[in-house]
Amino acid sequence: MLARVVITGVGLSSPNGNDLADFRKALLEKRSGVEAYEIRHFGKTVAGVCDFDALRYQKKKEVRRGTRAGSIAVWCANEALRDAGLDVADFDPERIGVYTGTTEHGNVETEHEIHNVSQHGFDLRFWSHHHNPRTVANNPAGEITLNLGLKGPAYSLGGACAAGNLGLVQGVQMLQLGVVDLALGGGISESIHTFGIFASFAAQGALASHADPTKASRPFDAARNGIVVSEGGCLYALERLDDAVARGANILAEVVGYNVNSDGTDFVLPDSAGQNACIRGALRSAGLVAEDIDLISTHATSTPSGDISEARAIHEVFGDSASVRVNNTKSYIGHAMGAAAALELAGNLPSFTDGWVHPTINVDALDPECSVRGLVVNEPVRADVDTILNMSFGMLGINSAVVVRRYRP
Amino acid sequence: MTRDEVVLAVKDIIETIAPDEETANLTMDERLRDQIDLDSMDFLDIVMELRKLYGVQVPEEDYKELASLTGCVDYLHPLLAEKPLHCSYSSSSPSEQTIS
Repeated sequence: MLARVVITGVGLSSPNGNDLADFRKALLEKRSGVEAYEIRHFGKTVAGVCDFDALRYQKKKEVRRGTRAGSIAVWCANEALRDAGLDVADFDPERIGVYTGTTEHGNVETEHEIHNVSQHGFDLRFWSHHHNPRTVANNPAGEITLNLGLKGPAYSLGGACAAGNLGLVQGVQMLQLGVVDLALGGGISESIHTFGIFASFAAQGALASHADPTKASRPFDAARNGIVVSEGGCLYALERLDDAVARGANILAEVVGYNVNSDGTDFVLPDSAGQNACIRGALRSAGLVAEDIDLISTHATSTPSGDISEARAIHEVFGDSASVRVNNTKSYIGHAMGAAAALELAGNLPSFTDGWVHPTINVDALDPECSVRGLVVNEPVRADVDTILNMSFGMLGINSAVVVRRYRP
Repeated sequence: MTRDEVVLAVKDIIETIAPDEETANLTMDERLRDQIDLDSMDFLDIVMELRKLYGVQVPEEDYKELASLTGCVDYLHPLLAEKPLHCSYSSSSPSEQTIS
């Protein structure tokens, strides 16, 4: 029997909050974090921008030498430990693992270097020696280990927009394998600092635009027109249940099941059959059936086709489930890429204790093809939530789903 | 640039690449590494800033000449004598994600 693993702390930075309490308040008050934004070469657009104080946990030199993803990761790691009431000095540093999910990493820094050498006639003697340590895929996790003096396994999990769930899942697995005693797992995004991601979504016809930035991200609405790119991060402090109980930790949730699979069908288009299989696999791994899920945290990114595909998968699996509630958090914060899954789950965890389900906002006219049963639209609803399914999907057909439950001894 | 201005130029570069450090009390003859927190990547940054700001190319075999402020002035003054002093640090915010 695998060890039970629980969440005992959350560290996050979201475009609308820098800790879980603030983030939750924003969600229940329907406060968006999306704003007007401008980036080199691409120009004016909208984005989710974070405003945490990097210098609370880093020296100026660490900020300068590292990456934005590294700063977000260091913030989230320190905040997760603080929230969990944990001090890394109480652990063998070789037995603390760090698992940062990322959609992509290195584009920001590479674009900066190309811009830099362009100012010097493309003379590569001006290319920075910091480029490689900034762009290696393990950069965000590695910056956490440097900041906290950790010696355990620490690396990134590249999983397109499903990555935030992957970081969490990896942490659970490493605890269950007995490799680590404490895991920091989740996801990180610095994506708003690469013009390429905006340009590529625009070229694909999948970048959101709206006169009011706070209304640009509008999953399931008939007038949705694409993704709002956001930065952010969320890392969970994960422990084996026995350890958490022994130290009297405040247990926020138990991770009871998960699944990751692939569509194997298309570079960018989602496939509801793959999503359906992913959800059913996650339920199986949790030993649950569809009717056991109280709240579904959707991935929906506000693209015309993606939201329909996901709605179809939800309908197929949960169409007969009378009490399920369905919501979406990207409508507030945009798409935080590698951090999305982790942030979206975090925003819903307080429903175990406050008894509310936050709505998906910005739905002026619900798209009939997205009208899934239980969708909470524009206003929060009261609900008894014991079990949450957190879904996250990404390019190249990666699907992920995590099931968490209110802790019961 | 005078020898005194070369000292200002080097201190300005150090303030850019080691923004947590105070440069006002640096002594001329002690090794920079023994006075403030500078590692080999920082010395590469010093060399890069000299290249960017003043077009000075310091070959790797000469890095040792830059160990102290006196060493920096002795080595750099002949190369910088005809060049005006730039001060870059005052124009950039320390919390900004500067990439160099």
